[in-house]
Amino acid sequence: MNILVCIKRVPDIGSRIDLTEDKQAISTRNLGFTISPHEECAVEEAIQLVENRGGESVVLTLGPAKADEQVRDSLARGIDRGIVLETGEGEWDPSETAAAIVAAIRNEEEKAPFDLILFGNESADSGGCQVGIRVANALDMPVVAAVKKLEIDGETAAAWREVDDGWEIFELPMPAVVAVKEGINLPRYPSLRGTMKAKKKKIDRLVPEKKGATLQMQELANPPEQKKQVEMLGDGPDAAARVIDVLKALEVV
Amino acid sequence: MILAFIEYEKNALTDASLQMLTFARGIAKDHGAELTALVIRGEETADFVSELGKYGVTKVIQAGDTQLPEYAPLAWAKIIAQVMAAQSPAMVVAAATDRGNEVMAHLGAISDLPMAANCSAVSADDPSRVTRLRWGSSLLEEAVIQGEPRLLTVALHVVEAEKVASALQPSVATFAPNLSTRDLRVRLVRREKDEAEGITLKTASVVVGGGRGVGGPEAYSLLEELAAELGAAVGCTRVATNNGWRPHSDQVGLTGTRISPTLYIACGISGAIQHLVGCKGAKNVLVINKDPEAAFFSKADYGVLGDLHEVLPAITEQLRKEKA
Repeated sequence: MNILVCIKRVPDIGSRIDLTEDKQAISTRNLGFTISPHEECAVEEAIQLVENRGGESVVLTLGPAKADEQVRDSLARGIDRGIVLETGEGEWDPSETAAAIVAAIRNEEEKAPFDLILFGNESADSGGCQVGIRVANALDMPVVAAVKKLEIDGETAAAWREVDDGWEIFELPMPAVVAVKEGINLPRYPSLRGTMKAKKKKIDRLVPEKKGATLQMQELANPPEQKKQVEMLGDGPDAAARVIDVLKALEVV
Repeated sequence: MILAFIEYEKNALTDASLQMLTFARGIAKDHGAELTALVIRGEETADFVSELGKYGVTKVIQAGDTQLPEYAPLAWAKIIAQVMAAQSPAMVVAAATDRGNEVMAHLGAISDLPMAANCSAVSADDPSRVTRLRWGSSLLEEAVIQGEPRLLTVALHVVEAEKVASALQPSVATFAPNLSTRDLRVRLVRREKDEAEGITLKTASVVVGGGRGVGGPEAYSLLEELAAELGAAVGCTRVATNNGWRPHSDQVGLTGTRISPTLYIACGISGAIQHLVGCKGAKNVLVINKDPEAAFFSKADYGVLGDLHEVLPAITEQLRKEKA
C-alpha cells in the first residue's frame, strides 16, 4: 500500500500569541515548531498501515525551507521518504496550497500511484478545513473529512466520524483521500534509532508555482483580552474549606 | 440573496444551523438581501418551513429526490452548486460544523471559488471582507474573499440562536437536482450509538480536569474521587492524552472537546491556548496549581495555590464529611 501524508509546520504556541509588527504572522522568535496535531495522527496512521500491509509511506509538506524539520520528524517516526514544497515565508491560501500539492502528486504518480492520501482535518494555525477536499476533487478521488477511525478492506474503506450521540460511518471506494482528526490513534514519539535512520532517508525539494490567493489574508489581530480578577482561596489543603464554600455558592453540591 | 445550507438531526433543525441563520439574517439586513434556506431532504424529512420563518427566512428551497441517501458530501455540494447557478446568490453560508465545512469545501472545489471557514463577522460595508477565527478564536484573521458568490461557514457560538420578533411565512420552492452515481460514491451508510456512559464532558455541570501536573495516569484517581462526590466528569489536557495517561475522548481543548460547565476545576494545568480554547465556555473556573506563575490563574475566577495531590484529597474528604 502506497500512502502519502500531507502535513503542515505550525508554531508550538503556549499561553499567549504575539504578532509580528506588520501583523502578517505570529511572532515565533521564542517559539518552537511542530507538526499540526491532526496531521501528527495522519503520520501515525500511515506508519501503522504500512507496518501492517507493506508498501511505502511518503510525507509531503508545503512551507518554508525549515519545514524539513517536520518532514525529518515524520521520517524519524517511520515514514519512508519526504517531499518539501518550498514556498519561502508568508502564507499560501487553501486553493494555492491544494494546487501545488496536486501538481506534486501528479508528478509522483508518474512513478507509482498512491492508494491512500491522508490529510489533517484542519491545520492548527489557519484552520481552513479544505485543502484535502480540494486535492481530492482535483484528482477526482473520493474523500471524507473529520475521520476518527479508518478501516480499510481491500477495495473499500469505512471512515468513522464522531457526532454528538455516536458515530456516522461513511463508505468510500479506494484509492481515496481521508482527512483525519486527532484521536484516530496515539502518535508515537520518534525513537533515537528512528532519528538516526531518518538521517539517511531521502527528502526531495521542489519549488511549487504560486497561482495567486483568492482568500486573501489582510492581517491578524489579537481578540480583546478578557482578564479576570482571580480570588485566591488559600494555600495547600487548608484551602479546602473555602473551596467547599464556593461549591455551595455555585450550587454544584 | 443569501443562500443558507440547513442541517438537521432526527427531523429537528440543529442549534448550529439556527445560530448560522441568526448570523446570516444580520448580514442579509446589512446588505438589503433576502435570506433563502436550502433544505436537502428525503421523503421522510419534516419540511421545517414555519420553523425557518421564525428565524427570518423569506424563502425555503426544498431539494431532493427519493434516491438520495441520508448524506453524501459531494452530492450535497453539487446540489448547492446547481441551486447557485439557478438563483445567483451573493453569498452561500453554512454552519462551521464538520458537515458544513465539508460541504462548503467541496462547493469551493467544484466551483473554483475560495471558501472562508470559521467566520465570526462579515463587513457591513463590503461583503467580501470577513473576519475568521484561528486557534479556536484565540487569533482573528481579517480576509478578503475574491469572486462571487462568497462561500463561508459561520463559527459556532459567535451568536446564539434567536428568533425574529414576528415569524415570517416563507415562500416554498422545490428543486430537483441532477446527480450522477459518481457524485454519490461517498456516502453515509450507517450510524452507531455510543454506549450510554452517564455524565459526559459536554453535558456535565462540573468538570474536573488534569494536566501535566498530575504526573502520571495513576494520580487521576484523585480527580475521579472528587468527581464522584460532585457528579462531575473528568477531563484532561493534550499533554495527558499524548502521554497515553487518558483516552483522547477525555481531552478538553482545540483538538478535543469544548466544554461549558457551571464550574471547571483545573488541576495542574498551566493554561496553554490549546487547552483554554476548550474550556472557554465554563461559567466559573477554579485553578489548583502549585506554580504561582501559571498563566491559568489570570483566566480563573478562583485559585488555590498548592499541590493538587494534597489539595484534591482534602476537598474530597471535606465533602464526604459534610455528606455523612
